[in-house]
Amino acid sequence: MNDARIGFILNGQPVQVEALPGMTLLEALRGPLGLSGPRFGCGEEACGACHVRIDGESRPCCALPAEAVAGRAVQSVEGLGDATHPHPLQRAFAAEQAGQCGYCLSGILVSAAALLEADPTPDEAAVRAALEPHFCRCGAQNRIIRAVLRAAEERAA
Amino acid sequence: MNLAYSLATGGAAAGRPLPGSLAVQPRLSRWLRIGEQGTVTLTPGKVELGQGILTALAQIAAEELDVALERIRLRAAATPDSPDEGVTSGSLSVQECGMALRQACAEARAIFLSVIAQKSGVPLEAIRVEDGDFLGPEGRLGSYWELAGQDLLEAEATGQAAPKPPAAHRVVGRPVPRLDLMDKLTGAPRFLHDLRLPGMLHARVIRPPARRARLLGLREGALPPGVQVVRDGSFLAVLAESETGADAAAARLASRAEWQAEDSLPDMAALSDWLAGAPAEESTVTLREAELPPAAHRVSTQFFRPFLAHASIGPSCAVALWTEAALEVWTHSQGVYNLRADLALALRLLPERITVRHVEGAGCYGHNGADDVALDAALAARTSPGRPVRLRWSRAQELAWSPHSPATLVRVEASLDGEGRLRHWRSEIIGNGHSSRPGRAASPTLLAAQYLEEPFPHPVAVNAPMKAGGGAQRNAEPGYAIPALHITLRRLTEMPLRSSALRGLGALVNVWANESVMDELAEHLGEDPLAFRLRHLEDPRTAAVLREVAGMCGWPRLGEAEGIGHGLAAARYKGSGAWCAVAAEVEAAEVVRVRRLWIAADVGQVINPDGALNQIEGGAIQATSIALKEAVAFDRRTVTSDAWERYPVLRFSEVPQVEARLLSRPEEPPLGAGECSMGPTIAAIAAAIHAALGVRPRALPFTPENLAAAMEL
Repeated sequence: MNDARIGFILNGQPVQVEALPGMTLLEALRGPLGLSGPRFGCGEEACGACHVRIDGESRPCCALPAEAVAGRAVQSVEGLGDATHPHPLQRAFAAEQAGQCGYCLSGILVSAAALLEADPTPDEAAVRAALEPHFCRCGAQNRIIRAVLRAAEERAA
Repeated sequence: MNLAYSLATGGAAAGRPLPGSLAVQPRLSRWLRIGEQGTVTLTPGKVELGQGILTALAQIAAEELDVALERIRLRAAATPDSPDEGVTSGSLSVQECGMALRQACAEARAIFLSVIAQKSGVPLEAIRVEDGDFLGPEGRLGSYWELAGQDLLEAEATGQAAPKPPAAHRVVGRPVPRLDLMDKLTGAPRFLHDLRLPGMLHARVIRPPARRARLLGLREGALPPGVQVVRDGSFLAVLAESETGADAAAARLASRAEWQAEDSLPDMAALSDWLAGAPAEESTVTLREAELPPAAHRVSTQFFRPFLAHASIGPSCAVALWTEAALEVWTHSQGVYNLRADLALALRLLPERITVRHVEGAGCYGHNGADDVALDAALAARTSPGRPVRLRWSRAQELAWSPHSPATLVRVEASLDGEGRLRHWRSEIIGNGHSSRPGRAASPTLLAAQYLEEPFPHPVAVNAPMKAGGGAQRNAEPGYAIPALHITLRRLTEMPLRSSALRGLGALVNVWANESVMDELAEHLGEDPLAFRLRHLEDPRTAAVLREVAGMCGWPRLGEAEGIGHGLAAARYKGSGAWCAVAAEVEAAEVVRVRRLWIAADVGQVINPDGALNQIEGGAIQATSIALKEAVAFDRRTVTSDAWERYPVLRFSEVPQVEARLLSRPEEPPLGAGECSMGPTIAAIAAAIHAALGVRPRALPFTPENLAAAMEL
């Protein structure tokens, strides 16, 4: 086996990972890099649970070869904030209690963060469009939309 | 589907009967522990499924003990220490576990108070509790924490301590943020999928290409180094050091497996005919006879719903660890004791040799693959003692091999007398049972058990009796005043596709069928469907939610644009649970789109209003997805809905706006909120489609094809 070391920026820090042949970015993040936020949902880029930002763009990483991010910047939900220093989106999601089981939320937060950077004052239609790649089976979508709009308002204020 | 199944009515020696699960588990130390460091640890037998139950339980305990909510800790259910509360299902956790904890905490408080009173000489009535401190007229007398070491909770509940009156509640009835949410917003490891144990291996299972299949052999060929193959009859799994390695090995092994496969599934295109003709056991659900005036108008029709999938966003997962002859399993099952019982059967082990621990999984809406994957993991790990093994299903396995909610046919014949009053209602419900849950049959219901070298027969799904909420017959009895009623159930005795409980069970089709017939009868009379319902309602709480929702949506909504329609519907969930009414606005163009939902619910006393509204709205959105899009597809061998594109669910752009309200009933017993909105949502959407298009939907989902077929009837 010819393991290759891949270097990239993960949540602002340079990291190196031994990538097995065929290893996806999601497996690298959840395996050797020890993250839990990016989640396995389908492995087919169809549900949104594994979204991370790659050079700012929100993308699924469950079918993306890990080597594709060599030299690039990857941000996962862990890179947004933590319980002590939450990102405005995480604060707004908590304020709106936007979630039930929570399995879909890391991907959704990452897409919402990318949206607010590109469009700091989105309307509801823009939020829905940005979140279209994401499934929420528990039915918390309306709360999630309200939370994203709330984060945008609070940032503007 | 739960404890109510086997629960005797509470029997304390003195005082009032013990509520909920406390009746069968009266020892207080089974429910809570007081910590010297100023914490209270609750040990409920019910589990977090994404519904927020742990937060509601914490509120109940904080209220009765008079301690700050922040002091409450929750320990996830695990054998053998947690109280056995059966399965977390049926919207019963607040009734069974919450009320047990409320009483247990009231008793705990009374015991501590009496000890403090005795010690201090201050009369009981003069002692207050403030955030765990006992305060007398002269000052502080002590605290729970200072008495923590005295084993005061090693006592049985007596039923003598009275919980607080609702008017005194300060924590219960308030919207409290979910205790688990911040972890889930920050990616903190919290799900079973995130559990990483030292030396852990990763496993995958390879399922057969047909429901009825036998593994003949494996063609020779290299596997990646370090990979182990586990085979037991037709059960096949691989283990590897990494997820990447396990996936690669599973793909390679799948291509080398030689199966003998047979057709065993019905023709999907003629599923109604199969339901009508399959062997079945018939029983009477309700029979009420009356002398009747002649019928002036009669409606006779039938309703069909396909098999449905749970379609959780996270595939089922389990971790198993063998040590000598003992097994430890981490699971997101709804019932740790039930799972333990079936694992013991399937592995031919004593239950005492197995420890089953609950860890949160992705959203659970009923009996999904959580139990099955636990047996898969245990089988995969058996040849690697000392090494924990995490086995996660693929998306295809999750959609195609979890138990499905059964296809059902409901035939209704109802009639009005000459005065326009309901006189007779006859309905027949035909389909597989709604429970294949583990821990209840002589043979294990876990998927892999039927594929082992020494296979177990797979029990055919059953229905709980009505006193436990029923299965296929849930909500079959309309909630209206009807002099003569005859409801029968035909439970199929063959089960080509494994069926079990999905949120709402039979209520999804039965509420829709009943409410649709009510609309049709009202239409015949030229009467407003709300007025027709109210005229036949003896239950004031159903009438109240209907009136509330009518007010919310401005019923009757007349003069709408072409293609826009409104409908409303109501039901009391299970006939014994929460009341809910829903109004829907649809726009019918090429496809039907649900634009708005209005919901009014009465869940009795509300523990956490925000949590209850979240559940009610979530149920309505899931029901909208079921109404518009969902059907499990299969060929004669296996399920072909094995990817999201072949089992589409509602997307963000398709989610309706929802306005939901709770009626205030602080003096009434609390009822679960998670399922009550589903049946009325489907029914209201069907009624709105009729208002928009003039066609009454007769088959779920309400796709252009099914609506076109209904137009031709």
